[in-house]
Amino acid sequence: MYARSLLASQVTAGAPGGGAAAAALKGVERAFDRAFGGTANPLRHLGALGFFLFWVMAATGIYLFVFYDANVEGAYHSVERLMLKQPYAGGVIRSLHRYAADAFLLVAVLHLVRELVLGRFRGFRWFSWVSGVPLLWLMFASGVVGYWLAWDRLGQFVAIATTEWLDWLRIFGEPLARNFVAPESIGDRLFTLLLFIHIGIPLALLAGMYVHIQRISHADVYPARALACGVFTALLVLSLLKPAGAQGPADLASAPQTLGLDWFYLFIYPVMYWRSAGEAWALVIVVSLCFLALPLLPGRGREPIAQVSLANCNGCARCFADCPFGAIVMESRAGAAHGRPNAVVAADLCAGCGVCVGACPSATPFRSGETLVTGIDLPQRPINALREALEGMLASTVAPAPRLVVFGCDRGVRAETLAAPGISVFSLACVAVLPPAFVEYALRNGADGVVVATCGEECEYRQGARWTVARLTRRREPRLRANVPTERLRIVAAGRGQEALFGRALSEFHAALKRLPSARAAGLRPVARRSARRAG
Amino acid sequence: MNAPARYAVQGLLYAAFIAFVGYFANAPTYEPLAPGYALVRLSFSHGAQRKEPCRKRTAEELAKLPPNMRAPLDCPRERSSVIVELEMDGELLYRIVAPPTGLAGDGASTVYRRLTVKAGRHHFRARLSDNVKGEFNYAAERSIDLGAGRALLIDFNAGQGGFLFRM
Ligand code: HEM
Ligand code: SF4
Ligand code: SF4
Repeated sequence: MYARSLLASQVTAGAPGGGAAAAALKGVERAFDRAFGGTANPLRHLGALGFFLFWVMAATGIYLFVFYDANVEGAYHSVERLMLKQPYAGGVIRSLHRYAADAFLLVAVLHLVRELVLGRFRGFRWFSWVSGVPLLWLMFASGVVGYWLAWDRLGQFVAIATTEWLDWLRIFGEPLARNFVAPESIGDRLFTLLLFIHIGIPLALLAGMYVHIQRISHADVYPARALACGVFTALLVLSLLKPAGAQGPADLASAPQTLGLDWFYLFIYPVMYWRSAGEAWALVIVVSLCFLALPLLPGRGREPIAQVSLANCNGCARCFADCPFGAIVMESRAGAAHGRPNAVVAADLCAGCGVCVGACPSATPFRSGETLVTGIDLPQRPINALREALEGMLASTVAPAPRLVVFGCDRGVRAETLAAPGISVFSLACVAVLPPAFVEYALRNGADGVVVATCGEECEYRQGARWTVARLTRRREPRLRANVPTERLRIVAAGRGQEALFGRALSEFHAALKRLPSARAAGLRPVARRSARRAG
Repeated sequence: MNAPARYAVQGLLYAAFIAFVGYFANAPTYEPLAPGYALVRLSFSHGAQRKEPCRKRTAEELAKLPPNMRAPLDCPRERSSVIVELEMDGELLYRIVAPPTGLAGDGASTVYRRLTVKAGRHHFRARLSDNVKGEFNYAAERSIDLGAGRALLIDFNAGQGGFLFRM
């Protein structure tokens, strides 16, 4: 028996994040998976939904803009006219614009909560986290100005409340709120200015969203069609059932007594009138600062970053294509074995996930040489150690066939709890560290079956599971070679806590293998052991 | 889960989503002004008198100045503060000292205050001083029937004779 390999015992800083809250969140997400499937699960694609809703707002906003009169007299009536003349086109589009904005804020806040609960705000992720915070400010600012533009009773309330709130800062010479004491005090240009702001801030937001995903490669910005259609249809139904209405024209000689408030965007105003403008500012500033400072919390320490071996890098750029965090650039360097650019790791972007190791063609265990040195490797857990451990285990096992080798991930299902005579488990930083050639290598050297445990939709490193499956199913380089019998490979998606599910898949595979001849009998020729034999 | 069950659950979750969005986009109702209350705002922008009056320069002083700056009058720009008091039904609501704006203290003084009062008939008395001595040189009083939800604006415009009560 060969339980958890020395590789795994070397792990010092790899404890998976998250406590009870993270476990609960994962439970909810898995439940959603069963209804929506992983790719259309809204909870797993909140950022992508944010982008989608932004485009819905942009499209509906352009339509509204065409009919909008940007002046005090015209603002309210132009919107009313649109609703009357085009109850369907205009009314629905206006409602969609408003509800998409509400849904946008909702998904952004859920996205924030999710990343928070999963502990994804520190270490190499600090940039994604910190760059998210100003997006919230811009979203609120756009929403507030949107309500102001409608210039109904709610718009009037928003105008006065916002200016009173800003006046607390005393940065404007004359109180802004004075502009709204009487109809004639409103400047002619005000609504033009507001319209300009209502277009300008969302453009800044879009730029901010672009910056936000800079450290993420293949960012998930387009939701699956089923999800996009589902959300759009839902908002359309809502717009038809409950069209956005106006609350009567603004009238500065009276003060609104009851208002239907959009609590998503405007909750701060009741807080302000309940407490004070200063306290409302304090709330916003303290919450923002807490969010911004969160990455400074002591974490579990940085994972060591990937290292390139110039002599073993042929410049194929597969690691560059697969790195989930855009941490690799291809650069020409002196000392390269060939003329092509080599991989270079940007230290501050690297997650230490090892997804690049599994992509590197030189990480194949078939290479001769006592020590396997690959083009890119995790220095604390080199791929050579995996080969040594695998060879050692295969040479020493005495269990009867079928003998199983399981490759898993430190953060995924606890496969090592299922280790037994004839079932050897190797835990990696991410399952995508595994170069597909290791599967063939194991099968030719004594294993009868190989199980690869991916975390499925829960991959800590975004694309680890996806790339692993694509490589092993021969859809992405480096591909599993065609001569490897697929009936001897089982890919199981199981996250932390799904040990029972994984155990069932394992025994089922074990039973299936029993019906097959041993790998050796099936003609998988062994290769000579590479690593130095250690006594004992 | 089989396909029909999956679609049913999806439908339910989407329904919950729009119920949530649809509800909080408009509800619960907010009362910016408690029932039976009205709003009183005291707001104006007024440039007070200069702190010091203009003074004729003596021939001696003029001679000391460069030729292009020999203006016969020396007018310090700084204005005094505006002091305003507002009473309602005999009770002092506000006494505000509003300093002039601007780096040189030569801008207008501005005031913006809001307060909610019980609806009904109220007697307002306002007075204002815009001189160095702090003498109240403007005053006005008015009884006003303020219905619930009305917004009274007490403005000040020296050109129009002083205080303006506007509804
Ligand atoms: C306008 C609102 C926002 C949009 C549209 C948005 C969108 C996205 C997208 C598309 C991703 C990439 C997801 C992936 O491909 O795995 C992402 C990642 C991320 N977002 Fe946001 N985001 C928004 C606001 C926020 C906020 C407010 C925060 C928190 C303060 C935040 C924190 C993060 C973090 C930490 C990641 C990195 C996740 C990872 O590395 O696995 N985002 N966001
Ligand atoms: S370890 Fe991960 S983050 Fe770092 S370079 Fe490799 S794939 Fe990119
Ligand atoms: S995958 Fe390996 S060989 Fe290819 S560029 Fe990256 S380090 Fe070099």
